[in-house]
Amino acid sequence: MTIDWAHFTPLHALSGGALIGVAAAILILGAGRVMGAAGIVGGVLSGPAGERGWRLALIAGLLLSPALAHLLWGAGAPAIATPWPMLVAAGLLVGFGARLGSGCTSGHGVCGVSRLSPRSLAATALFMTAGFATLFAVRHLLA
Amino acid sequence: MLYVISLSVGLLFGLGLCLSGMSEPAKVLGFLDLAGQWDPSLALVMGGAVAVGLGAFTLAKKRRATLLGGALNLPTNRTIDAPLVVGALIFGAGWGLAGICPAPGVVDVGFLEPRALVFVLAMGVGMSAYGFLAVRRPTGATLAADA
Repeated sequence: MTIDWAHFTPLHALSGGALIGVAAAILILGAGRVMGAAGIVGGVLSGPAGERGWRLALIAGLLLSPALAHLLWGAGAPAIATPWPMLVAAGLLVGFGARLGSGCTSGHGVCGVSRLSPRSLAATALFMTAGFATLFAVRHLLA
Repeated sequence: MLYVISLSVGLLFGLGLCLSGMSEPAKVLGFLDLAGQWDPSLALVMGGAVAVGLGAFTLAKKRRATLLGGALNLPTNRTIDAPLVVGALIFGAGWGLAGICPAPGVVDVGFLEPRALVFVLAMGVGMSAYGFLAVRRPTGATLAADA
């Protein structure tokens, strides 16, 4: 392993992470809801109608945040280099897996780990391991 | 009030993802590439989020109501079962393919990135496929969510 110092951005990572934590804190303490993106998107697709409104409002905030980030510090669109078929496969796996496993990076990785849930700690360890292994296979074994 | 909170939370969440680099798939893939040039930034994103989250959820666990007096329900399931394990592994495999998870995917759609839209549409199909299977096999798979 060699550390990629050129791309390492510790201050942006920590402060951006803290902002994500503040968002999760406001949602749980202000609205009693867990900030899990997969549950929020999945809940709009198949959840109870009464819980759809706040989820759509949160998704609207996510969709508008790039415009605000652009105004605040000139954030630009990220480059996505993944080929189309792999992108579709990735989306299918992420969507299906997050629902089957009851959570994603935000629901398990941020909120669940923060409340020290054994399920979320296990899920986070497992999806990180699967992510490391998949990337290793794609970038170092198959390429 | 709920909608105002949710919209603000979505904006803050999205700003955090943009600022931290989580919204850039290349940066996520750089973190997942332990064997190559490894960018440890995302460990600090999670560290920063959990540092704040620990305080908030410790407080939330002690409360029955939100600060505004509404219902506060935290997940109670503590059993590490097969759907959790298999689901997390499938999710991680997809995350490792493209470096995109649900919230950053939605944020990148907000950047009007066509590839992000394709990812999010496929993600919706994957979620609906799970919903379809879970409804067909109500005893085998549950819709109970941690998050």
